[in-house]
Amino acid sequence: MLKTSLLFVSIAFILLFAADLEVTTLNPWQELQRMAIGAVVPDFMAVYAVKEAFLNTVVFAFCGIFLSIFMGSVLAFFFEWKPVRLFCAFIRAVHELFWALIFLPVVGLNPLCGVFAIAVPYTGIFAKVYAEIRQESDHSPLKAFPPHSSRVSQFFYGVLPAIYADIKHYSAYRLECALRSSAILGFVGLPTLGFHLETAFREGLYSEVFAILYCFYFLIASLKYWIKEKVSWIYVVLAFVFISKEVSLSWQNFTRFFTYEILPWPMRRRGVLDGTMDVSFSSDSVWNWGKNILQTEGFDGVWNTIVLTQVVLVGTGVMTLIVFPLVCQHFQQGIPRRCSRYLLIVIRTTPEYILAYAFLQLWGPSMLPAIVAIGLHNGAILGHLTGQNADLIQLRADTPRGKINRYFFEVLPRVYGQFLAFLFYRWEVMMRESAILGILGIYTLGFYIDSAISDDKMDKAVFLILMTALLNMVIDTTSQVIRKRLKISTKLTTSG
Amino acid sequence: MKKWISGCFAIILFSTLAQAQTLSFTAIPDQNTARLEQRFGKVAQYLADILKIDVKYIPVKSYSASVNAFKNDQVQLAWFGGLSGVQARRAVAGSQAIAQGEEDQYFVTYLIAHASTGLQRSDAFPKSIAGKTFTFGSKGSTSGRLMPEYYIRQSFDQAPKSIFKRVGFSGDHSKTIALVQSGSYQVGAVNFKVWERELKEGKIDTSQVQVIWKTPTYVDYNWTVRGDVDKKFGKGFTRKLQNALITMHDKTLLDSFPRKQFIKADNSMYAPILETAMNIGIIEK
Repeated sequence: MLKTSLLFVSIAFILLFAADLEVTTLNPWQELQRMAIGAVVPDFMAVYAVKEAFLNTVVFAFCGIFLSIFMGSVLAFFFEWKPVRLFCAFIRAVHELFWALIFLPVVGLNPLCGVFAIAVPYTGIFAKVYAEIRQESDHSPLKAFPPHSSRVSQFFYGVLPAIYADIKHYSAYRLECALRSSAILGFVGLPTLGFHLETAFREGLYSEVFAILYCFYFLIASLKYWIKEKVSWIYVVLAFVFISKEVSLSWQNFTRFFTYEILPWPMRRRGVLDGTMDVSFSSDSVWNWGKNILQTEGFDGVWNTIVLTQVVLVGTGVMTLIVFPLVCQHFQQGIPRRCSRYLLIVIRTTPEYILAYAFLQLWGPSMLPAIVAIGLHNGAILGHLTGQNADLIQLRADTPRGKINRYFFEVLPRVYGQFLAFLFYRWEVMMRESAILGILGIYTLGFYIDSAISDDKMDKAVFLILMTALLNMVIDTTSQVIRKRLKISTKLTTSG
Repeated sequence: MKKWISGCFAIILFSTLAQAQTLSFTAIPDQNTARLEQRFGKVAQYLADILKIDVKYIPVKSYSASVNAFKNDQVQLAWFGGLSGVQARRAVAGSQAIAQGEEDQYFVTYLIAHASTGLQRSDAFPKSIAGKTFTFGSKGSTSGRLMPEYYIRQSFDQAPKSIFKRVGFSGDHSKTIALVQSGSYQVGAVNFKVWERELKEGKIDTSQVQVIWKTPTYVDYNWTVRGDVDKKFGKGFTRKLQNALITMHDKTLLDSFPRKQFIKADNSMYAPILETAMNIGIIEK
């Protein structure tokens, strides 16, 4: 474990030199001051003006999560089948913002775009986690079944009751994530909170920014009071009725996009130039097209994405190890502990995309804002989880009195394996985030994908998105191998 | 549960059929995107009154979103930039540019620089911007990206990324001005209309940021309409729409764009833009 940790730390250290960490704004403190004022005097009238965006945010999340739970449950049954596993790995390897950018030209700027953008990657996540939950569940009830009972009744009477609590818990956690995803979809133009957040940020209306953010925190904190299992059906139906008002689907757009627009340019070139829109194929020109994209943009994007990911991975680790004692009962009690816990909740509730956007306003476009944003967000999540694990430790009778000794000689060694497992579990999440932050102007894969989309080159955008997905799947696999080799496990984890 | 789902889909399908004949339009987000709906809502009302149909404004966040909405027939009419108009008309056969602002016949881009660079206004292209930090506007903007990039490439015979220390895309023209004024970027490219408006509004501190060069003129913004609107809204609709636009004289409406007035335009006027875009690889040839 130590060897692996040191290896990753030294990789990150070397890459840090390759990373662009410059603060390009001349006077970041002035802007920070204005943000602070905005935080203190939020303008809640602004929230009233964007009430529809609030509603949209909730509705997209509800519909998205419902569809993905449904599809994910179905796919979870076939998860042993390799093609299904690969398919799920692929759809979850693409960030919901990228899915939104793909769906935007297909279904247009309408609620379905938002719903699909959430539903597709979440389906992959649910399928995987549900399958894992089922695998790790207690199989003993099945032994009590008569020999020829059907698989359906085995599932409903033997498996589901045993895993239901876990499934419910995880799905509820995912709803919170879906709300975050839904909110940031506004940054690419869907009518959710991000749309107005981006506008307010861009124009420095920080009182509006914070009013919207505070209401968003309130929304998430209040979930547990109004989302009850029995009534959630009603919400889902209401949500579908609500979006159905504006939905329009055109099969023509769908086929045009998937059978024409995403074909590599050389295949469409002749047809576009002579006006017939015909498609022709020559492997040579397509090969050169792909090679050219890789050489001019692809490799650069991949390299920057990897640099950012590796630095952030270690940064998150360091932050986790620093913050978890603040929320752990063996180090802190009473009000300070509670305050740190709330602080971590606020940080992890703020979508990393919004954090990055805020830091970009302060420091200008380099990797620094991205590193801090992803590190903070993930550090808050892992700090919370590691703190919880550390709470479960029964200290030995002769535990060191001094907190520093206790940290290094008792608590840390006992939680380190699990901490590392959590960290590697989130490795691919961090990579996805690194890629997506390119949209904000850091030269990771997201930058080139965003450029291709704004040049209206969907073929190139899809090609680069596929590359991003591939990179993500490689990292996911590497992480699994490392976790297996180190024999570390998160057990069942709610950090997805 | 099956019933629920099929019910939902039935509602979705039904609502698609039930959509009324509404003309939807969008306008590219060129400057501050706040209160877009208020600003363009009035334009929608104006068009509705003259054309006697429902007109709806759909806000978009990016140039590419407006092009996609046009391709999807989600909007039938759009106020595009030069480049986004070309992209849209290339993708939708039969679509036409029907009007442009008076100023769009001879549009220019200003290169602006922060005072600390010591760059002075010149008639010749300021080659000394090499090695500085530089920001374009939006990636899909004609005045904020296409034209300045064209002249930069022409002068240096290299891509911007290898000329400047750092290349950014601010997102819109107001932001470009703000970023150069604050010194976050040393040099930037900005739409002259936005610069002059903000200058008039007193938002620009000329002791911090100055115009150092202006590009030769080119055609820019345009109203573009889909080719199938005559079929949809009745014969002669395109002409009626064109008339409604060029007879728009209410200053509060025109200020949303901001233009003095609209005049007739056609597709051929934008051929140079297409050529330029192909030249620097934004549109493939």
